[in-house]
Amino acid sequence: MSSIKRRLSPLALAAVASLSALGSPAAAEDSIKVGVLVELSGPFAPFGRQITNGMKAYLAANGDHVAGKKLELVVRDTTGAAPDVARRLAQELVTRDKVQFLAGFGLTPNAMAVAPVATEAKVPMVIMNAASSVITTKSPYILRVSFTLPQVTAPIAEWAAKNNIKSVYTLVSDYGPGLDAEATFKKVFTAHGGQVVGSLRVPLKNPEFSPFIQRIKDAKPQAVFIFTPAGETAVAFMKAFSDRGLDKAGIKLIATGDITDDDVIDAMGDAALNVITTHHYSAAHRSAENDAFKKAYAQVAGAARPNFMAVGGWDGMQLIAEITRKLGGRIDADKAIAAGKGLTIRSPRGPITIDPTTRDVVQDVYVRKVQRIDGKNYNVEFDKFAQVKDPGKS
Amino acid sequence: MIAAFVGVAFDGIAYGGLLFLISLGLSVTLGLMNFINLAHGTFAMMGGFLCVELIRRAGVPFLATLPLVFLVVGLAGVVLERLLYRRLYRRGHLDQVLFTIGLMLMAQAAAARIWGPSQQPVTLPPAFHHQISLLGVDVGVYRLFLIGCVAAVTTALGLLLGRTRFGTQLRAAVDHRQAAAGSGINVELLFSITFAVGSGLAGLGGALAIDVLGLDPTFGFKYLVYFLIVVGVGGVGSLRGPLLAALVLGMVDIGGKYYLPRAGSFAVYAAMVALLALFPAGLYGRRA
Repeated sequence: MSSIKRRLSPLALAAVASLSALGSPAAAEDSIKVGVLVELSGPFAPFGRQITNGMKAYLAANGDHVAGKKLELVVRDTTGAAPDVARRLAQELVTRDKVQFLAGFGLTPNAMAVAPVATEAKVPMVIMNAASSVITTKSPYILRVSFTLPQVTAPIAEWAAKNNIKSVYTLVSDYGPGLDAEATFKKVFTAHGGQVVGSLRVPLKNPEFSPFIQRIKDAKPQAVFIFTPAGETAVAFMKAFSDRGLDKAGIKLIATGDITDDDVIDAMGDAALNVITTHHYSAAHRSAENDAFKKAYAQVAGAARPNFMAVGGWDGMQLIAEITRKLGGRIDADKAIAAGKGLTIRSPRGPITIDPTTRDVVQDVYVRKVQRIDGKNYNVEFDKFAQVKDPGKS
Repeated sequence: MIAAFVGVAFDGIAYGGLLFLISLGLSVTLGLMNFINLAHGTFAMMGGFLCVELIRRAGVPFLATLPLVFLVVGLAGVVLERLLYRRLYRRGHLDQVLFTIGLMLMAQAAAARIWGPSQQPVTLPPAFHHQISLLGVDVGVYRLFLIGCVAAVTTALGLLLGRTRFGTQLRAAVDHRQAAAGSGINVELLFSITFAVGSGLAGLGGALAIDVLGLDPTFGFKYLVYFLIVVGVGGVGSLRGPLLAALVLGMVDIGGKYYLPRAGSFAVYAAMVALLALFPAGLYGRRA
């Protein structure tokens, strides 16, 4: 079977190549297609909306022509944490739509499922959000511009230990990034003299937080460390946290910035105030790049506030444009990855670099506190850890 | 230790009470007409969205929306029963299941189209968001209110079924439909009214559930298993069976998550298997 396949494949490739050359030579030469796999329906729909809007904002602000080619987005809906759907759509994008890049990926399971497709088809794959550390090791053609959970978790663990928090209870969503966050927090926090007095894992989908939170309250730790994916789970957690009176019982809340993500932070109202998080982007970040980004984003998405996923989409698009420029518009997977390695981008969050050895992002991680500015909740940065590499791979 | 247990039991009762309100209509439909209405959770979802819209658009306070939700969803139940459900009473269970699943998926898609896929927030009176100390245990005001609502509704239903002519007729029809119809009881009318009350209660439950279970277009599907467990374990056609089953279910679920967080929601299903093995016809089941 496999020998037949091997003998057939060069033939098939030649046939496909000649067909596409005959079919529409103009389109094939003039455009570079980016296959975008994101969550556009279901509970994670805001992820896909933020990412695609970020990509569109970049193209609108910087023009979609690079090295004589037009950058074109082919967007597909993975419908949520659905690895099988993501994989099938990726195969279709590669074989039928002939995309030269795969991009997007709000959730880890989807990125993991598509990695083998990128390897086999030799298509560079740009991760714009999914944050499990291990993703970039799953294919040599993956570049990540977003963040990794260990990268944003280690700083909060260190910050907490240095700011007189000695006992912490951890609560994470039971999937890849959650386990990353739990392991990293424990390691770093105990290394700095803190003690993790208990750990809980809750289902990724529709968790009912109240019994878990009651358990934490009864254990009386100094602080709770929490990771859930950004969005409605985070909102549900915050509500349960304040309804159960943990804040009044003197239990502090520390987290990665997923929980106070810019998309939902305002809907959390007073419950979110004073929560301390570490993350790589806040809409309140002060820089000329961020102002330009927010202006471009508003023209695409209206009044909705961009969050770190929109920045992921913007920077991923910037990376794709940069690589296309370097290669003079002729995309070859190996050359594209070589061009991406070590590249530094002026991101709305500050400068980021693609680590030449791991192909993962290196960036500043900020310590922030939720405060009210002009009647709206924002993550206000007050400290930073400079150019953090992913500790998950060291 | 004891305080934690009381707290867990309290949360479990509130949660179970909610499941009871929503599931009761399903139990009655199954008991009275032998009709499997998997779309029952859709009425709860309708109630939830109606409540959210009334608060958001018309500025109706949360408490005032509750009777409105009960009435409107009950009315919608009658309309659907007359237009659609009625045609399927004499069909097989497979047809009924396919029909009601289709109905639920349509409702889900329609709701997603109108309100989008995300969770809907509900504005409760601020007092509901506090905890008060009751016998040394911190309990949520809203959950206390939930338990009160369920107790009031259950008492009213108990009186309706046990003390009125309507209740007597209904019990007769559940026990033996042909004989009841033969003795001059208008079973069809009886059923329409019961269906309306069941739908209305589901709507009420859906509105009350927003703050505890959340509300999104997949609501009817997400909790369908729980509703079916309540009916399956409790047995059909009685008030006590589903109530007891719902309370057990609620307490096992919350208790399982509190004491055995690693096991997740496994405790509920283990309890269901055990109860069904011990009581194959349900806790108060009368059908073999």
